[in-house]
Amino acid sequence: MAKPDEIRRLQSIACDLRANVIRMIGVGKVGHIGGSCSLAEIAAALYFSKMRIDPKDMHNKDRDRFLLSKGHTVPIQYAALIEMGVIPREHSSGLKTLEGNLQGHPDMKTPGMEAVTGSLGQGLSIGVGMALALRYKKSPARIYVAMGDGEIAEGQIWEAAMAAARYKLDSLTGIVDRNGFQATGSTKDIFEIPNLVEKWRAFGWHALAVDGHDVGAVLEALDEAEATKGVPTVIVAETVKGKGISFAENTSAFHNASLTQAQFDQALAEIEDAKRVLQ
Amino acid sequence: MRSPNLRNAYGEALVALGRKDDRVMALEADLGKSTQSVMFQAEFPDRYFQMGIAEQDMMSTAAGMALAGMIPFVHTFAIFATGRAYDQLRNSICVPNLPVRICGSSAGLSDFGDGKTHQSVEDVALMRAIPNLTVICPADSIETTKMMEQMLDWPGPVYIRINRNDLPFVTPEDEPYKIGKVSLLRPGRDVAIFAAGVMVSKALEAATTLEADGISARVINVSTIKPLDRDAVIRCAAGVDAIVTAEEHTLIGGLGSAVVEALRGEAHAPVEFVGVTDRFGTSAERYDILMERYGLTAEVIAATAKTVLRKNDK
Repeated sequence: MAKPDEIRRLQSIACDLRANVIRMIGVGKVGHIGGSCSLAEIAAALYFSKMRIDPKDMHNKDRDRFLLSKGHTVPIQYAALIEMGVIPREHSSGLKTLEGNLQGHPDMKTPGMEAVTGSLGQGLSIGVGMALALRYKKSPARIYVAMGDGEIAEGQIWEAAMAAARYKLDSLTGIVDRNGFQATGSTKDIFEIPNLVEKWRAFGWHALAVDGHDVGAVLEALDEAEATKGVPTVIVAETVKGKGISFAENTSAFHNASLTQAQFDQALAEIEDAKRVLQ
Repeated sequence: MRSPNLRNAYGEALVALGRKDDRVMALEADLGKSTQSVMFQAEFPDRYFQMGIAEQDMMSTAAGMALAGMIPFVHTFAIFATGRAYDQLRNSICVPNLPVRICGSSAGLSDFGDGKTHQSVEDVALMRAIPNLTVICPADSIETTKMMEQMLDWPGPVYIRINRNDLPFVTPEDEPYKIGKVSLLRPGRDVAIFAAGVMVSKALEAATTLEADGISARVINVSTIKPLDRDAVIRCAAGVDAIVTAEEHTLIGGLGSAVVEALRGEAHAPVEFVGVTDRFGTSAERYDILMERYGLTAEVIAATAKTVLRKNDK
């Protein structure tokens, strides 16, 4: 169990990450707000607590790796890397610009990024490859792959799921960001994938469901994943699309959208309020 | 005694690489007996990964291995590597420019019995269009071995197109070989024949028959189709009255296209292509009769050269 102070610290970081996402996307420019905000606590728990990484040594061969298979929500990953000092804060204005180094989807030219992802369905397989290679090298590194609940309609996810179980990749942890919305509507309406925990179990994984905004529960699940030997673990994280920004919550309208100045101000104010409540 | 089979040469060369460097890993999608990746499996079971019949996953998995410092070799038939797993090959591997080696085995029409679903007439066109990717096509088992020897150090991803069958020896055993170079196998004054893969031996055969008719043909082996040695292509195309390209591939986007792209902006003799017209393959009892049906023969190359020369005379 993480201490209350530690949980509060991570909750506060999650607020900072959301604020970074909003500032990065800015006013009048389209960006993936909803699926970035649903991952904020998970990104905070991984980058600022669970993962063994040194911001000053991001090429260490034994570092833990985070892959964002749902690559369109890369602003949340940039937000974390900015907060860690891996990406210079002033680069955040360069999101999706010709001269900037923050591409619209994960790219190796950005410091701290581990793979090219975003053509949906490929990240878990890349994680399988890393886990196989690092196990051969006797590295203690762990691999975390975040997937979208819309993304897992891609068949390749399930190919990778079978491969990970076949090779008993217990250094691999999958995280499904189950926020219930995809680009054009709710996952229920578009392409419902029911019995998700049971599906992963049937594919040979240790599977558990947690509240993806409960930092303590997320940390516990990540610890359980690490303690689970002989099989990979998936954490089905029940989340809220657009979490923390009232008008963007539980809708696909802000899956990939722009903010007016008023919405931008409101979003930052709400995030600031949430952070203040923690103190 | 060297085997004339490209798959055997490939498998043996892969094992040799595995002995030399433990970054070499092999991935297979249940075609190991065809691709000959089984040779590597026998010697290095802990660096061999059977990924099941799941080519897309296999391709991205190889990317992950490369990102962790390995040199992975991916094996399947050419059509599945380039078609089914195209997006994974492009995005997971070629966008980040990773040192993954993609073995497109049983390429072209060489899997004669299995027919159009398993034959690849368009793989070179698809692979040539992807930035960062090197595309190579050995003409015989000697060249296959020499290409493989360079796979440890060659930067970025490589697609190697491997014929399923025995091919005549056409490249010199004792000459050094470099990926990225084209080689003049036979000098000649009147016609330049650019060929790749199985068509190199047929081009040499055509040059012999043309000689009997008083036509002097030079034969150029274009085993690195991309990046194409443009200066060498221009040099080899100079001073002749006809240029012919010969490939076991559709006429759209393959070697012929690459040669003409290289010659653009240069004064050059008229060019004609020998290859597969815009259609799929088909099943046949033997490779030679299938090649004949698709016009991929020495006779067709020689006749094409003569047609271009005659046109020139008018």
